[in-house]
Amino acid sequence: MSLRDALAVPAREITDEAVYRERRRLLAAFAALPALGLAGCADADPPPAPKTAITPAQAASGFRTSETLTRYEDVTSYNNYYEYGTGKADPGRAPKLLRVKPWTVAVGGACAKPGKLALEDLIKGLTPQERIYRLRCVEGWSMVIPWLGVPLGDVLKRFEPTSKAKYVAFTTLSDPKQMPGLAYPALDWPYREGLRIDEAMNPLTLLATGLYGKPLPQQNGAPLRLVVPWKYGFKSIKSIVAITFVERMPFTSWNDAQASEYGFFSNVNPNVDHPRWTQKTERRIAGTASKLFAERIPTRLYNGYADQVASMYAGMDLKRWF
Amino acid sequence: MSSAKPTPTPRRRASPALIAAKTLVHLLALTPAAILAWQIRAEYLTGSGGLGADPVAEIEHRLGLWALRLLLLTLAITPLRQLSGQPVLLRFRRMLGLYAFAYASLHLAAYLVLDLRGYWTQIFEEIAKRPYITVGFAAWLLLVPLALTSTQGMMRRLGRLWGRLHRLIYAIAVLAVLHFWWLVKSDVREPALYAAILAALLGWRLWKRLRALSARRTAAAG
Repeated sequence: MSLRDALAVPAREITDEAVYRERRRLLAAFAALPALGLAGCADADPPPAPKTAITPAQAASGFRTSETLTRYEDVTSYNNYYEYGTGKADPGRAPKLLRVKPWTVAVGGACAKPGKLALEDLIKGLTPQERIYRLRCVEGWSMVIPWLGVPLGDVLKRFEPTSKAKYVAFTTLSDPKQMPGLAYPALDWPYREGLRIDEAMNPLTLLATGLYGKPLPQQNGAPLRLVVPWKYGFKSIKSIVAITFVERMPFTSWNDAQASEYGFFSNVNPNVDHPRWTQKTERRIAGTASKLFAERIPTRLYNGYADQVASMYAGMDLKRWF
Repeated sequence: MSSAKPTPTPRRRASPALIAAKTLVHLLALTPAAILAWQIRAEYLTGSGGLGADPVAEIEHRLGLWALRLLLLTLAITPLRQLSGQPVLLRFRRMLGLYAFAYASLHLAAYLVLDLRGYWTQIFEEIAKRPYITVGFAAWLLLVPLALTSTQGMMRRLGRLWGRLHRLIYAIAVLAVLHFWWLVKSDVREPALYAAILAALLGWRLWKRLRALSARRTAAAG
């Protein structure tokens, strides 16, 4: 295709290509399934890849995707966790520094049964579920990760939020002894994030305690983190120590750092530009093959979870409420 | 090659020591590229070449960083010569500048070929929309005429104009640091370090110039 042709492509054809690519990617993912199984047998130490064959019901719920998984070593070595430094490899220091036991979470605010609970009690009686979600970072890369966790809504209901609970605010641990990155004010510590109550109660929103069938590694936010798959990665706050029901939109660290770039909602949206990175496409970090020539793929509205979440934003101007 | 040339300039009679020094600088300048090439090869063959989970980002970042470092090194030659009184240092300036251009070109190529891939036509949109890419691309674009006019022949042909043209390097260095600064999300310590080095290198020149100016004024007054 010549340059002029490329520029003259009508919009409808671009959509067609996106659909085409999507189909090809799915086919490739299915073709890679036996290979993934083999890789799981050959490597004893990294846990075997979970089966990515999914039922139509699972696909419709968004709980699982059959896309090629990101390797365990990539999920655990490429992290944004500024409490350990702003380099992607810096959080690798976390396993040595972060004590995950005992761990308590303070739940309070607009609810009938506030309390400070040990992590075990917080999720007691809830069976961990495996969810295979896409994770899209605002920086333009993405992964496919098999999480283990409990739906956040199930946990929150136990505290009986009142009608004043319009939002839920989350706080990350901030202990300079365990987190050397806190010495530098890269963000307004402690790291804080928030969701609207309906977002928090959405069945997709997960309180993760593990990945790849194993306990959550420290660099990935052990022992307890959020996973909100239709939002940019930074909304999925790590190492949670406090959950608070609030009436007003809570403070969030990235929005505070640069409000023009990071909105409260931060839903994955290819149509709303970020000043630094393109949001139209993403580089998928997945599979065992060389990632040098990994295909750039089109980013989907709500990271491909529109069927499950779009109704929550009906009538909202997504350019204003980005 | 065999065409008759005017009498060779003294520059051509390089001492063995200078040849050795130049070879060493060539090797040093090529080392980051060689290491990267080795890691890319390993990544290509086995899928894990020490470039991390996102090798494309790592390749881009490293090439860009070396372009910036070599650019600053090129700018450091003049102050170093003035401070040390070693005119021989000037013999390394052109090669360092050309290596900076080479790394900058590889950096741009990696962005187009590895990062944007099939979406390379997106580059025009990126240049127009994203300030950090605008200034980065501008810096590379301004380097092109400097690289093209780096030969002895062009130097002779352009005369006084050559010097004026090559003062673009100051603007290029500022744009390059800005390019780095703007792409960082919140931790500006690393780009700030390069900005400080650049400020020192440009500040030195400004100070020298002001001093020369006042000396001339004093002389004129005297």
